[in-house]
Amino acid sequence: MRRLVSDTLIIAERNLIRLPRAPELLLAFTVQPIMFVLLFRYVFGGAIRTPGYSYVDFLLPGIIVQNIAFGGFVTAIGLNEDVHKGLIDRFRSLPMARPAVLAGRTLADIVTNALSVTILLVTGVIIGFAFHASALHAIAGLGLLLLFGYAFSWFFAFVGLLVSSPESANSVGFIAVFPLTFISSAFVPVSSMPSVLRAFANVNPFTIIVDAMRHLWLGAPAHNSVWGAVVWAFVIMGVFAPLAVGRYRRAAGS
Amino acid sequence: MHFAAHTPATDQPGPAAGLDDAAITVRGVRKSYGSVQALAGVDLDVARGTVVALLGPNGAGKTTLVRVLTTLLVPDAGTAQVLGCDVVRDAARLREQIGLAGQYAAIDENLTGLENLTMVGRLYGASRSSAKGRGRELLERFDLVEAAGRPAKTYSGGMRRRLDLAAALVAKPPVLFLDEPTTGLDPRSRLSLWEVIEGLVAEGTTVLLTTQYLDEADRLADTIAVIDHGRLIAEGTSDQLKDKVGGERLEVRLDADADADAAIRVLAPMSDETPQAQGTLVKLSVRERSGSIVQAVRLLSEAGVGVDDLALRRPTLDDVFLALTGHAAEEASDEREGA
Repeated sequence: MRRLVSDTLIIAERNLIRLPRAPELLLAFTVQPIMFVLLFRYVFGGAIRTPGYSYVDFLLPGIIVQNIAFGGFVTAIGLNEDVHKGLIDRFRSLPMARPAVLAGRTLADIVTNALSVTILLVTGVIIGFAFHASALHAIAGLGLLLLFGYAFSWFFAFVGLLVSSPESANSVGFIAVFPLTFISSAFVPVSSMPSVLRAFANVNPFTIIVDAMRHLWLGAPAHNSVWGAVVWAFVIMGVFAPLAVGRYRRAAGS
Repeated sequence: MHFAAHTPATDQPGPAAGLDDAAITVRGVRKSYGSVQALAGVDLDVARGTVVALLGPNGAGKTTLVRVLTTLLVPDAGTAQVLGCDVVRDAARLREQIGLAGQYAAIDENLTGLENLTMVGRLYGASRSSAKGRGRELLERFDLVEAAGRPAKTYSGGMRRRLDLAAALVAKPPVLFLDEPTTGLDPRSRLSLWEVIEGLVAEGTTVLLTTQYLDEADRLADTIAVIDHGRLIAEGTSDQLKDKVGGERLEVRLDADADADAAIRVLAPMSDETPQAQGTLVKLSVRERSGSIVQAVRLLSEAGVGVDDLALRRPTLDDVFLALTGHAAEEASDEREGA
């Protein structure tokens, strides 16, 4: 157990010190989210009715959740590269705790997710976002975001070990996650959607987490969405963490 | 674990130390990928402090055997031990005794040389400072001090391989596995890597290496195990294998317009096998060294076949491979590329 913790921290450290040296990744965490916030706020914002809230207040929890869902991409692509470059073989031949490579990866994602949440919040505040909630609720919201992001990193860890190349890790993740985040309450009120999409959006975990964030940050009605979001985070982790670890143990390295 | 406490093979007892001096024991190991049989029942013994080369073309099963012995793959059947640790039952203990450098330089390109080695050292259980110290020591040994603080993506191919090998040596493992350590390297880098490996062997490390290069096996290995289609087809020292092919080889370079068929016909009585021609080069094994050049020149001039050059030489491992497998080593690797 002690080895698991220390090995996990070593791997997390490795993934964090390499980050500033891969500029394309750093851009994905910083410039890209800011760009999306500005595009949605100023291009679509005027056309979307969000009764009871200004669009920037409505948008920010949604776009932050979408961003955090994609935060695990680095894990998918990074793990896939590690398999191809033989690094996973090296790790598996070392007397280290077996789940540490994946646990360290996903742990590092928490740090990068926190970074991109901070960047998005600052951008949001500059263009007019304001919390309508107590500090405690605001902090609980941050915690929920990071928990959800962590759960999603395990999904991406599994994808990264499953597919044959970093490019396909990219497209599998994109195809799976992009529609999920759009057919939810993240960018528009669900009530504005056609009935089939609305039915899907209402059960979509992204709607549940976005609604939970709007409850915690804007004081919107909760409808149990906070507990629903916590349960979803643990369900996602409960399914994909064992799948990913199982895949890692067998990783053939081709 | 503290690295300073470790010394190579000599007084680094594995759990079965004293019982026998086998570093690696393989019995009846089989492994298939789907319908492809990569290992079809392999037996192998490697004595402590020796170097064994697994020689064979691509797809012969060399890498699969290394992966079984380094616990990356579980065999379908058979058993294997490294320093008395079973590859399946004692996998965790076995990993503490081995170092692995693969076909690809398994390093993190975004970490510096020192960061790479420090990370591996800490994953072996060393403290940060002791891992860093050991990293510096290895960078010095592998002539990477100047590049120690640069991300590995700026390294040349040869430097990456040296860093990879250094990473395999971080914990001073008594047994080292090198999977095609010099594939893709330029001749100078190859030579310097050979010298490093020879240095390790001199310190008592047991080495199992795989190679497609006959000259590499010839230079580094005490014992050569020839592997083809997942089976060991021959094992012995370089000299023993060469003796299997038979005595001296006579190579006759004919004049450009000479008749190769006529040359084969007149030279045939000198050999137990049919001489072989490749363009104007005719090769045959001869029963006796003395007098064979004179005899060949006489036979050929009587038949009116023009000779450009003539040489007697010991058989190379190329000849061994051809004799054992019925195909040349290089040809075979092209045929089964990617298998």
